Amino acid sequence: MDDIDRRIINRLQGGFPICEHPYREAARELGIGEEELIERLEKMLEDRRLSRFGPMYHAEKLGGGLSLCAMAIPEEKFDTVAEQVNTFPEVAHNYARDHQLNMWFVLATETPERIGEVLEEIERVTGYRVYNMPKLEEFYVGLRFEL
Amino acid sequence: MVLSDADNRLIAEIQNGLPLAPRPWAEIGARLNMPEAEVIERMEALQENGYIKRLGIVVRHHELGYNANAMVVWDVPDDRVQAVGDALGRQRCVTLCYQRPRRLPHWPYNLFCMIHGKDRQRVLDYIDQITGELGLQEIPREVLFSGRRFKQRGARYR
Repeated sequence: MDDIDRRIINRLQGGFPICEHPYREAARELGIGEEELIERLEKMLEDRRLSRFGPMYHAEKLGGGLSLCAMAIPEEKFDTVAEQVNTFPEVAHNYARDHQLNMWFVLATETPERIGEVLEEIERVTGYRVYNMPKLEEFYVGLRFEL
Repeated sequence: MVLSDADNRLIAEIQNGLPLAPRPWAEIGARLNMPEAEVIERMEALQENGYIKRLGIVVRHHELGYNANAMVVWDVPDDRVQAVGDALGRQRCVTLCYQRPRRLPHWPYNLFCMIHGKDRQRVLDYIDQITGELGLQEIPREVLFSGRRFKQRGARYR
């Protein structure tokens, strides 16, 4: 990771131009060549520093359902339940967190109605309650990582 | 704006990433049997109308050295949620900020924000700093650091 990679990451978390030669335009702003920008993006995707290079969609506007869910799982059951939960393709991320509610995951479904159905299914399979905490209001943030 | 069938095909085609080629929109157009100019026009409309929140790099923050990620949750009186949420959202270290429902009696918190940092101490320092600056000392809060990450993938659309 050198200074150029860092500048690419800081500049291109959003704002990729929509035009015929977008890489050329973005590269010009960064003071590097088009080919170099493409190669560096390839490399950073390959070694998984970047998750992807593309759109971040507004899930609800696309008609999908999205929610944050939490469960309280006894330590000795945790791995088993995590495995059961992660089997659901609708589960996007799943993190262990240090709290009585110790398993936190994001559900992303094709329709809002599916959220409730998937939750019930998870409760049925695991035998534990799922706390559903959909977003009520989103406050503006940049959602960027500065390096 | 109502999404057409062509928009939906475009949304599905690029969801996993853009071609890393000098003319990515021409390449997408070739796959969809759509002229490059039409792809560009549709992309602009999708972005302008908020279907695409942003276009570009999505980072893996762990791999970039952001090893600590805390979900900070607050129990804010309902009539102050908007103001506190707006103020937290403006902080540089805050990467997400949402109001969510309380789940009483087990979960009294209604405002959630994510704070990422190089390590836990750094994140705790950020939290102290914003708590002081915004005068939030009286608001009950908890800090939930993440432990293991089991799964991380983008949501799938279409």
